[in-house]
Amino acid sequence: MLDDLRELYQEVILDHGKSPRNFRDVEDATSHAHGANPLCGDQLVVYLKVDTEKRIEDVSFVGNGCAISVASASMMTELVKGRTVDEAKAMFTRFHEMCTGDNSSDDSTLLGDDLEKLNVLSGVRAFPVRVKCATLPWHTLSAAIDGKDEATTEA
Amino acid sequence: MSDSAHAKPMANSMVYDVLRYRNEFPILSEQVHGKPLIFLDNAASAQKPQQVIDAVRYVYEHEYANVHRGVHYMSEKATEAYEGARGKVQRFINAEHEHEVIFTRNATEAVNMVAGTFGRKFLEPGDEIVISIMEHHANIVPWQMLRDEKGLVLKAAPVSDDGEFLLDDFKKLLTQRTKLVAMTHTSNVLGTVTPAGEIARLAHSVGAKVLFDGSQAAVHSPVDVQAIDCDFYVITGHKLYGPSGVGVLYGKEELLNAMPPYLGGGEMISKVTLAESTWAGLPNKFEAGTPMIAQAIGLGAAIDYILAIGMDRIAAHEQDLLGYTTQKLTSIPGLKIYGTAPNKAAVISFSMENAHPHDIATIIDRGGVACRAGHHCAQPLMDRMGVTAMTRASFGLYNTRADADALVETLEFTQEFLG
Repeated sequence: MLDDLRELYQEVILDHGKSPRNFRDVEDATSHAHGANPLCGDQLVVYLKVDTEKRIEDVSFVGNGCAISVASASMMTELVKGRTVDEAKAMFTRFHEMCTGDNSSDDSTLLGDDLEKLNVLSGVRAFPVRVKCATLPWHTLSAAIDGKDEATTEA
Repeated sequence: MSDSAHAKPMANSMVYDVLRYRNEFPILSEQVHGKPLIFLDNAASAQKPQQVIDAVRYVYEHEYANVHRGVHYMSEKATEAYEGARGKVQRFINAEHEHEVIFTRNATEAVNMVAGTFGRKFLEPGDEIVISIMEHHANIVPWQMLRDEKGLVLKAAPVSDDGEFLLDDFKKLLTQRTKLVAMTHTSNVLGTVTPAGEIARLAHSVGAKVLFDGSQAAVHSPVDVQAIDCDFYVITGHKLYGPSGVGVLYGKEELLNAMPPYLGGGEMISKVTLAESTWAGLPNKFEAGTPMIAQAIGLGAAIDYILAIGMDRIAAHEQDLLGYTTQKLTSIPGLKIYGTAPNKAAVISFSMENAHPHDIATIIDRGGVACRAGHHCAQPLMDRMGVTAMTRASFGLYNTRADADALVETLEFTQEFLG
């Protein structure tokens, strides 16, 4: 019982879940998107400020969710800040693969440290129904990048 | 387990032999994550006793054919069993006539059927429908769709902070334009039992018809549609220890006769020419196409099963569990129960400080405890209670105080684990 659970709820996740980073709005955001998981009612808003070079100057989120989704959102904001939107999207692809156990894509856009940080959340693989908790913030970020208002895990 | 020792002697002095009943549900011997299954998600769907599993199997092995069509032996046997199930439902809810029982796919379809036939035919722009804030989405969305289609007004009766149905506030919503009251008989989240008889009387006093969503109520206590004097009552088979895929719409004969059919097709006609068709009588008018034959027969077996135990005895057993579990949960620091109405079924929704319902459900699942986490298809109620999700433990006839103990232990572990 405990091994799987400890794998899912690693210390760093519990920490981000309890004290999420960048948990605020961005007043001069260039875009934002609402994310919702209709299965559970969890919702969040991701705010994004992108400069003319398509680099993410600031990113934040607010919302309501479980430890996994809040931690995932919190870690995501730390990882994508300062990166280009294309790099952020590539990270999402890689992260999605990690969560679902697929390892096909090229992860050359990721530095070793970043990969390791994302890997912390890959414990969701053993909990298929929780994968969407981890990926919802990334779906929402992706929607904000594309200028869409809403993201859902049921798309 | 200490249940037998704790069970109060019943009026008929029979002990409620919960261990025997447990043994009749094969799935309860399963292990999940290496732990015995503690199933507390009954309000979502209940498990099936061997008697129901056997009944469904028997149909397919010994008396299956299409119903109401063949003159051959198998069709006759299947029709007899299928119609026999209708009679069992009639007696179970005390309907006046057998043909007032319409088999549907589930309660959702039954509500949609009323909206799509009674609602479409008899409601006019500006007419009002009253529901409550604690409805399941199945008793909200069909009315919103009808409202938008016909230009109706949809009102929701409130509940108190404790989840109690506020009859006086409900009364104030009724006007001469109220044409339908569609209300839960027991909340799937709060467990609140609504005063159905009183609601029906008030609805009728302004000339409105009344529908009750009995998906939860019919599971936890005896239902008497004539005593309530409701116009429609819907139940679903899978929560009643029966198969999934079958539900029931009860409607008063006079109303069902006045209503147009829902689906067109075989079985529901009297005569068809290329120019026009005429409708069959009740109940066939509302059962177009080949019905859920084996499922309906399985539901009949489920009703036989629970009536053999006795609805009053099941209700008393569940009330004991409700009281016991509520008391134990209250001792957990930071735990808040939503819904403490005096008249309440054994459904307990709660939140725990610093633990999201999804995390709770995942963690206690690893201890073998199955609970539901989320909005429970009742988002307006979640908004009313100021949360986006709750964890829910819901009890059935086979649950024990030991199950409640396991819930409490795993919740305490969750608190410790999440720190």
